[in-house]
Amino acid sequence: MLLMGTKVGMTRLLQPSGESVPVTVIKVGPCVVTQVKTADKDGYSAVQIGFGAMKARNSTQPQIGHDAKAGSDPLRFHREFHIKPEEASNFELGKALTVKDLEGQMYVDVIGTSKGKGFQGVMKRHHFKGMFASHGTERKHRSPGSIGSLCSNRGYGGGLVKGKRMAGHMGDERVTCRSLDVIKIDAEKGLLLVKGPIPGANNGMVMVRPATRLYKSKAKKVAAAAAK
Amino acid sequence: MSQKPDSQTAILESLNTLKTDIPRMDVGDTINVHVRIVEGDKERIQVFNGVLISRKGRGVNEMITVRRIVEEVGIERKFPIHSPMIAQFEVLRRADSRRAKLYYLRDRAGKSRRLRDRRRGLKHVAGLPLAGQG
Repeated sequence: MLLMGTKVGMTRLLQPSGESVPVTVIKVGPCVVTQVKTADKDGYSAVQIGFGAMKARNSTQPQIGHDAKAGSDPLRFHREFHIKPEEASNFELGKALTVKDLEGQMYVDVIGTSKGKGFQGVMKRHHFKGMFASHGTERKHRSPGSIGSLCSNRGYGGGLVKGKRMAGHMGDERVTCRSLDVIKIDAEKGLLLVKGPIPGANNGMVMVRPATRLYKSKAKKVAAAAAK
Repeated sequence: MSQKPDSQTAILESLNTLKTDIPRMDVGDTINVHVRIVEGDKERIQVFNGVLISRKGRGVNEMITVRRIVEEVGIERKFPIHSPMIAQFEVLRRADSRRAKLYYLRDRAGKSRRLRDRRRGLKHVAGLPLAGQG
């Protein structure tokens, strides 16, 4: 399952134990089921959801019609998630998915678009160390240095291998934060509080899904806690 | 997407309930901070006494720095004032301060450190309004 929401911002929660927990607040949903795709008709089973109010004059006629089929006003974002064919009965056209559907989840994945940083050098973009501050280095303190020889770049054809880390555009890309702790769910206000930062600027659209699979260190921690 | 910035701050501020019983404390005041200490299942209160040398942050992020001298060694502790681990603040003595941050006290020793605290003395402590009311 997948839900959409907006990043509200970060704050801290002071727990009764005195602990201060850094949280990001996400206003989740309501997302409207705008289409249920079936294997017969579309070749695969999936659910399409829409989120975010939008003025009709900024939308397009086909899009307005598509959303109207679900009984909804024009929506800004549409995303899909795959389901098993037998789950299709859980999602009917026009059904609203809210943060309530995440209740009971301990961990979620949050997907967003990171803040754009523009054209950046290798030190910021790839955490290169740069070159010497002195010892004869002139005007090349932040440059990448050698990018290898024909031998180390062996991609055949004599050029560089693709993906060679260099300066270039940084940020403004899809980032997934996996296995974030769910601190609190406020169904009334539609708020989801996760521990730590999530990608993107405040007010940006983010997608939330139940954690597909915990990353290794966290899975170990959970297993250790469960063993106790 | 069409949220106003105001409503965002409102959401963020609504998540914590802030204390309303904090006395008015200004930089330069000598205060007692009653800190809850939990040891096992027992709880006791420890008092940290010192001069309030800095107050920064807003809302739930508001922090104070308290400086005291123990055996000629300066000790500074920072407290989030809305933390549930702090039972109480007491203002013992108030003082005039011409600075918002009294970091210069770190370089002072002996009498020059104490002078500043005395100007108004205790007479301003009694009957002080609570923070936000005065």
